[in-house]
Amino acid sequence: MKERKKFLDINPKIWGPIFSLVVIIVIMGIIDPGFIQIEFKDGRLYGSLIDILVRATPTAIIALGMAVVIGTKGIDLSVGSVVAICGAVAAVLIVETQLPFFMVVIVSVLVGGGIGFLNGIMVSFIGIQPIIATLILMVSGRGIAQLVTGGRAVSFDSTAMDIIGSGALLAIPVRLWIMTALVLCTVLLLRKTALGLFLESVGANAKASRLLGIEARMLKVIAYIFSGMCAAVAGMILIADVSTAEINRLGLWLELDAILAVVLAGASLNGGRIYLGLTIIGALIIQTLTTIIFSSGVPVEYNLIVKACIILAVLLIQSETTKNYVSQLRTKSLENRHAE
Amino acid sequence: MLNERTLPLISAIIVLLLLYGFGSIAYQGFFGLRLAGYLLTDNAFIIVTAVGMAFVILSGGIDLSVGSMIAFVCALMALLVVKFQIHPVVAIAISVCVGTLFGTVMGLVIAIFKIQPFIVTLAGMFLFRGLGYVINTQQVKIDHPFMSSLSEFGIIIGQGELNFVAIIMILFLALGVIISRYTRFGHNVYAIGGDAQSAALIGVNVPWTTVKVYALSGFYSSVAGVLFAVATGSAYPEIGIAVELDAIAAVVLGGTLLTGGVGYVFGAFIGGMTFGVIQQLINFDGTLNAASTRIVIGALLLLFILLQKIILVWAKKFSAKGSD
Repeated sequence: MKERKKFLDINPKIWGPIFSLVVIIVIMGIIDPGFIQIEFKDGRLYGSLIDILVRATPTAIIALGMAVVIGTKGIDLSVGSVVAICGAVAAVLIVETQLPFFMVVIVSVLVGGGIGFLNGIMVSFIGIQPIIATLILMVSGRGIAQLVTGGRAVSFDSTAMDIIGSGALLAIPVRLWIMTALVLCTVLLLRKTALGLFLESVGANAKASRLLGIEARMLKVIAYIFSGMCAAVAGMILIADVSTAEINRLGLWLELDAILAVVLAGASLNGGRIYLGLTIIGALIIQTLTTIIFSSGVPVEYNLIVKACIILAVLLIQSETTKNYVSQLRTKSLENRHAE
Repeated sequence: MLNERTLPLISAIIVLLLLYGFGSIAYQGFFGLRLAGYLLTDNAFIIVTAVGMAFVILSGGIDLSVGSMIAFVCALMALLVVKFQIHPVVAIAISVCVGTLFGTVMGLVIAIFKIQPFIVTLAGMFLFRGLGYVINTQQVKIDHPFMSSLSEFGIIIGQGELNFVAIIMILFLALGVIISRYTRFGHNVYAIGGDAQSAALIGVNVPWTTVKVYALSGFYSSVAGVLFAVATGSAYPEIGIAVELDAIAAVVLGGTLLTGGVGYVFGAFIGGMTFGVIQQLINFDGTLNAASTRIVIGALLLLFILLQKIILVWAKKFSAKGSD
């Protein structure tokens, strides 16, 4: 009993998002049993839940990069534009050159990393606020992507892209494998080496970490490069979906969903501790709500309002003022108990 | 006169004049009152939004909700005028009040719960866009004799025309400049943007000033929404997307420091006009892709931020020498 209480005490932050996701799914399962049904057909799994996972993949991958950046007390607003640019580059390479597919992947990921590198240099060596530094590319990025495609939607025909878009391996959609691999690599890299500790310490207190001998500036650059690369991967998955790169809509609003996922996962925008696994859960919560709203017949417009209310609720619960108020209440009740 | 405070604004004015001068020499019909009047009208709602944004940025915050606010106010106007048959004057008053109220609520959340303005106004951005969609999802024509008489009203000056939208923009710009320069609230905004802690120590009510700043931004963006409704005579929920970025860019191009505390509200006008001139240059050129507008603006943004950095470094060195 004592053990169990301790366990719950330590992890309310970690169990919060998971609990919310489970509650949402269970409630939906009770209302509409079809929602939680998973079918096995033609060598792959089908069902609303699988659909949610599939659709959440791009957001989740971007949120992964965003979490690392937010851990360094930064933010990356340019990811939506990076998705557009990298999607455009990949589409144009497939259509206009004979490059093998893995080269296309490498080039687009490098482009994403390069853009992240520029963001990182602006933030950490020139000292521009992250919101503003990445805003520059957010503003101009879509323009750059349009230059890449010449302003038209680029349709392509590629077997490899079809596999990413709708293929399955061992009954599970290919993109889920991609996401799982990325998440596992990142978690291993951050949690089994000192890198994660360094990143979070830079976010918590950049000056103190530098005094400890951590190369804070370089670490920040690495975080932005990683975010750019994640956005590039997400961009390729998104264009594989429809076999077209349509710049005006590609990756629009994705930066906001990604930030929301990271915040839902309990990370503070003031840097410090990040939770990579929970970030994925955060992305899943967002996608589950979106799917529910789409399928429930409630007008799609309410999606934005629901999202806004959730962000506000999470923020208010996380805020210092609320915490202080709660702890005040707690001390008061303790005092009362003592008085009795 | 020429110090680290005025230098960004002066360089912004020089950039604007250079761009305008270049256009006047390179293209026929660029120089003149007709294009000037057109520029004032076409960029009116960006400039009005940017004036409100300037206050927010001067206070050290940011407001991402302005674009959605414009869409929401337009939709609300359409609802009141078309569906409920309310006279546009009353509809304008109600819409502006509701917009200001929403701004106030965001300010309260930021001030009381001490949450970063960035994420609170991001939530506001979702919320207002969603509310706009809920009111109507299609394009609605705001048909009312009063609205058309407003949009047709104009003072002819030579070849150019100063129309209703431009006049309102200039009035609200002047109002913003006066508030920032000559009221206690204006001084408080600069104080909390420079250093909130010191401001609190010398007796500035920081939370209350913060609330007022976001209320003011809500007010200005709802006025911008009304101007949009008057100018286009219609409302559809997808207007104003990315206007928040344009407004922030206009404020920065106008020489206001993004860290807060340094800059001039008038800079919002310069920044907005720079925007407009770049767009016209690309229009007149004709060979450039419309996409290049955004790239040029991004590049200019970077240039100005770097310029501000260099000026700040100089100013620091200079003041360090002075204190030796």
